[in-house]
Parts: sequence; structure tokens; C-alpha cells
Amino acid sequence: MSSVSDGEAQTGPERTGIAALVFDSRARSLFFQALLAIILIGMVVVAIQNASANLAEQGRAFGFDFFDRPSDIQILTTFGTWLIGYEAGQNTIWDVFLLSIANTLVIAVAGIIFATLWGFLLGIFRLSSNFVLRGFATIYVELLRNVPLLLQIFFWTAVLRIVAPGPREGGYLVPGLLQFNSKGIYGPYPIPHEGFASTLWALLAAVIIVYGFSKWAKKRQDATGQQMPVFRISAVVLIGLPTLVFLATGRPMEIEWPNFVTEGPVFKRGFEKGLGSYIAPEFFALFLALSTYTAAFIAEVVRAGIQSVPKGQSEAAEALGLPGGLSMRKVILPQAFRVIIPPLTSQYLNLTKNSSLAAAIGYPELVAVFAGTTLNQVGRAIEIIAIVILVYLTISLLTSAFMNWFNNRVKLVER
Amino acid sequence: MKSKLMTLAAVATVAAGAAAAGTLDDVKAAGKLKCGVSQGLPGFSNPDDSGAWTGLDVDYCRALAAVVLGDSEAIEFVSLSAKDRFTALSSGEIDVLSRNTTWTATRDTDLGISFVGVSYYDGQGMMVPAGLGVSSATELDGATICTNTGTTTELNVTDFFKQHGMSFELVALENSDEVVAAYGSGRCDVFTTDRSGLAAERLKLADPDAHVVLPETISKEPLGPSVRSGDEQWFKVARWTLNALIEAEEYGITAANADEMMGSANPAVQRILGAGDNDYGAAMGLTKDWAVRAIKATGNYGEIYERNVGPDTPLKLGRGVNEQWTNGGLMYAPPIR
Repeated sequence: MSSVSDGEAQTGPERTGIAALVFDSRARSLFFQALLAIILIGMVVVAIQNASANLAEQGRAFGFDFFDRPSDIQILTTFGTWLIGYEAGQNTIWDVFLLSIANTLVIAVAGIIFATLWGFLLGIFRLSSNFVLRGFATIYVELLRNVPLLLQIFFWTAVLRIVAPGPREGGYLVPGLLQFNSKGIYGPYPIPHEGFASTLWALLAAVIIVYGFSKWAKKRQDATGQQMPVFRISAVVLIGLPTLVFLATGRPMEIEWPNFVTEGPVFKRGFEKGLGSYIAPEFFALFLALSTYTAAFIAEVVRAGIQSVPKGQSEAAEALGLPGGLSMRKVILPQAFRVIIPPLTSQYLNLTKNSSLAAAIGYPELVAVFAGTTLNQVGRAIEIIAIVILVYLTISLLTSAFMNWFNNRVKLVER
Repeated sequence: MKSKLMTLAAVATVAAGAAAAGTLDDVKAAGKLKCGVSQGLPGFSNPDDSGAWTGLDVDYCRALAAVVLGDSEAIEFVSLSAKDRFTALSSGEIDVLSRNTTWTATRDTDLGISFVGVSYYDGQGMMVPAGLGVSSATELDGATICTNTGTTTELNVTDFFKQHGMSFELVALENSDEVVAAYGSGRCDVFTTDRSGLAAERLKLADPDAHVVLPETISKEPLGPSVRSGDEQWFKVARWTLNALIEAEEYGITAANADEMMGSANPAVQRILGAGDNDYGAAMGLTKDWAVRAIKATGNYGEIYERNVGPDTPLKLGRGVNEQWTNGGLMYAPPIR
């Protein structure tokens, strides 16, 4: 601010003093940038002073001591519950915080994996010469990316509720494997016995063998031009070796199946709690909504990426006699990747942040539990919201960092 | 640590020179009262067919607006979820929170808000489908329970099940309509909230008569309006508006007979109405007929109750403990004198 008054004091014909601020581009830009910085800092200071003044006026303290308080609330059983071993009254608010982060990460990772696979498939479908596939992909993309996500979450929740049998009935979602009713989806749960470790060692050995084999096959191809059926042999080794060891050690694993109870107290009827694996319907609905919605955007990213590869590349691949699938895998996609990765990263970040909409249907993730229930119990709005922002920021930055690393790798591979 | 931060905050207050103007003056200057209500709870705060807000909690705001502005329509209603309500009040987004909110120690001391009194004595109840043949809350072992997130019900239900050594699963949803939908679809076996809320929400179910409210009341839920902490004057105005409505019923002052009662020989009535030389408004920054405006706008507490939640409404809630103390209830307002 002082520069202004200094400037006002001097007035002269030369481009110094206040005139410089208008006519000298360097002085001008410096002045306005400094002015902007001062205004911004001033706003932050005023905001902090306001917040602390208001807190003091209402007799409220600022601090993070609430993390040590015991947490008395029951939280819907999900992945985070098992990870933390959460039980109402036994754990602290810090544990609730970790639980909610775990739930956010699980939905984000599951959603990202499925959305990527489904999105790539749809993106390739959109460019397919097959009319049915192309039409389906086009309609899918236009429909899903143009309907608000929250509506889609409600839609899948409602669909699950309508399709699912009542709470004291059961039905198959996937015949012979997954059963479900309005309380959730129940499936088998593998319980490894003593001796299962040898199967895991066999799997590790198989991975090492396959890795060495493919290196050797590539060297051999470079030297002699002869190809080996690498994929098939690898698949046989990867599946065959652990299976053989598993059988040889006497199948040291038990599969626990869900148990359907028809007798006894009315609220214990239905699928028995704690037997087999369990997915809450809220998780499933959110997973479907987030992944199918994001897949529509990823499909467009993939389509743009593929179309950015000059047509000459696919024509050249064709001229070399590469079949369609191989030319897509070896020629088109590697080049498309450098266009696909950056916008794909944004889609991953979007999906992670969109998971906060789960509060509407009761999936206990970061916003629903920590910024919702916990905030209400301890009332530290400023602290909690700041923490939630930091957590999302950290997750997003880590995701970007990973994707940038991947992007650089893809770049190195390209010629 | 705490005290240091408090000192810092106090220093900052001085540095900023920011002394917030009184809420009473702000409301008068704005010409309207910003009242935080629910997202739709029949009987307490619910928009009617024409979109106008009605209910017991809404009528309190109307009375307060009448006291402060002389116009019970000069209100901006802000619909809030259970989760957002306290932040909305402490941040100044609303002037008064009248949203079926339970008065607890934590909320009164740690959230930057102050409760002005109790407008409805409630308790948490549980509703189950009648077809299950359950007659007591002690038979609920293993049940899945739906409720609103950010409420005391979330805590009470955990206490109750722990106390009885029972297990349960809790689905906490943000919007009360979603809670009803989840319960109606069979996602949950039990729907729990305040008994008055159950009476109201069951009306939203496909077949209200197919559900029973279990006899147990598992908690005390004194519901009442609250204001932002740190503004004594506004707090007193809000508190005595509620007290005036309750005391008016005790002395039989209604919306219809308020003018007539001005001439009452009963000094207590004269004091409430500000008849003659009685002036209990000046000290609060109000005119002496402040209570008359409230009573004329909404009627006394009994009239508000009967109109919104009483036996003749769809909620069919008897007065019960919400009866005047003279009739064996808990409604007991400190005297205006």
C-alpha cells in the first residue's frame, strides 16, 4: 500500500513514480501482483480474525483434543469396520476417522478399477464398426453422463430395494455364488488353514518363472525371429502350479458359506450375521452408480485418445498384416495412452470426490460419518471440515502423483 | 492449550475490533426473521399444499417474528438437515433454530448455541411392521435400524441395545424422507426417532396402519428452539416469547380473546399483556405489548399444540406430559413479572 502513497507524492513527466505504474510494463505487473498479494493476504487475515473472534464470542475453543474422546455411535458394517475392528463405545473418534477414510478409499479403488475396465471397453465399442456395439456405447455414454450422479445413486439404491427379496427371505444374485436380500449381498468367504502358505509360495514362484520366461522368449524372438506362445504358457504356469501345490498339500482351505436361518427370534431370521462375506447394499449401489457414471466419461477419454492416433498408424499396422486386436494393443493404444492418461487422472479424482455423495444413502464414508455424525457430536466444524479437506487433498495429490509417474513411464516407452 | 488459544482468540477480537451487532437489531433492520426448520416433518415444520410452512416449530418462529417485527409472515424459512442445523445457526445463516431439536449438555455448551426452553417434551420410540408380531423393544436383538444421521437418536439407540446386551445394525441417513423410504422397503426392520416424529413420519408410509410404535420410550428428548450463543438480548427475547406463549395458556389468554383480556382484573394477565402501566418489553428492547402480538399471531401454546399435533390432527398426539403443570403436565413457564 505504501507504494501508492509514494507514487502519488511524485509526479513528473518521466516514466517514473506513478506514471511508471501505467507505462512501464515491468513496474506495472510488479505493482499489480503485489497489490493482489496484499489483498489476498488481507482477506485471509480478516477471515482468520473473524473466525477466532466469533468462536471466542460464542465461548468455543479451537483444538483437536476431541480425537481422544470415545465414540458411542454404531456405524454400518462395511470394510472399514473390519479393518479397524470398530465397536461402539470401545473405540475413539480417531478410529472413526480412520474407518471413514478406509471406507472412502475402498469405494474409490473399487470404483476406479471397474470404471476403467468398463470405460475402456465402451470407448473401443464407440469406434467399433459393429453397429449394435457402437449404438449401445453411444446411447450409454450420452444417457449416463447427462443425468446427475446423485439421481443415479438414488436410482441404483431403489433398483436394489425393488429387486432384492425381503429381509427374511433370500435369493440368488449370481446363481450358486452370491445370495442377497434387502439387507445385503452374501457370498462365500475363504478361510485358509495351516499349510496354505505353500500355495502362496507356489504362486510367487510361478510369477517369477513367468517373468523370466517372457524375458527369455523376447530375447529369443529378437535373435531368431521365432515367437513363443508366451501368453498361453504363462497362463498355464500361473494357474497350474499353485493349483497343483494346493491339491498336493491336501486343500488347506475352507470355504465358509452364508447360512440362512428360518427359525428363532424374528430379527435373527434371514442370513446369519458374520458368516461368509458380506457387502452392504449401500456400498453396492454406490459402487454401481459411481463406476457406471465415471465409465461414461472414461469412454469418451479413450475414444478421444484413440482418435488422436493418426489413421496412418492403423493403416501401417494393417499393411504389416497385424490382426485387429494386435494392432490395437501394440500400435494404437500405446500411442493413445499419452493422450488418455492426463484426463483419465481427472476422472479418477472426480470419482474419489464424488464418493462423498454417499451421505445421501447412508454409506459410512468420510463426509457421511466424520463430517456428519462426528461433527454433530463434537461440534468442531472448522477443525473437522479442515481435516476433511486435507484428507481429500492428500488422496487426490497421491492419485495424481501416481498417474504422473505412470504417464512418464508410458512416455518413455513410446518411440 | 485451550486457554492459550482462547487468549489468542480474544486478542484477535480486540485487534479486529469486531463487535457483532445485536441479532435483535439485525432482524429489525433486515425486516425479516431467518428461521431454521426441518426438511419436512408433519406437525412440527412442514410446507402445506400451498407451500406455506406450518407446524409447532414454525408457529414458534411466527410468534417470535410477531414479537420482534409485528408481522408473523416476515420470516425466511431455511430448510436444514439434522446434520447442518447447528452450523447454520452458529455461523449466522439463521437467527433462530426451531427444528425439533433435543436440548443436551453438549449442544448447549460446545456448539456455540443456547437453548431457550422446551417447546415439546418428547422421548425416542421405535416403530416396527405390525406383521412381525413384536410387542416390546427388548425383542429387537439382531435388528437393523434406520434413523437420521446427526441426531441424539443415533446415540440413544446404541445405549439402549448395549444396556440390554443386544446386537444391532444401524443405517444412518441424512434426509428423513430417505429414512422412511429405507424402512418402507425392508432395508431396516425398525425405524427409530422421537415419538412425535414417528407419529408424523408414519403418515408418509404406504400403509400407516401396518406399523406399530413399541411401548418403550428409550430416552428423554426435550425439544426446543435455540439461538446463537453470545447475544444475551436476543436469547432473552427468544426465551420469553416461548414463556409468554406457555403462560398465556395457563391464564386462558387466546388469540381470540387477547384484546378482551386487556381489561382483565387478574394482575398476572395484565402483566403478560402489558395492560395499564405494566411494561416488561422495554428491558428487552421491545414495546410493552410484545406478548400480545405473539398470542394474536399464533394463539397460546395450547392452541398451537392442538392445531398442529393434537388429537384432531393426523398425528393424533395427546397432550400427555406436554399438558400445563396445573393439569399435571410439565409445561411450566416462569412468571412474567
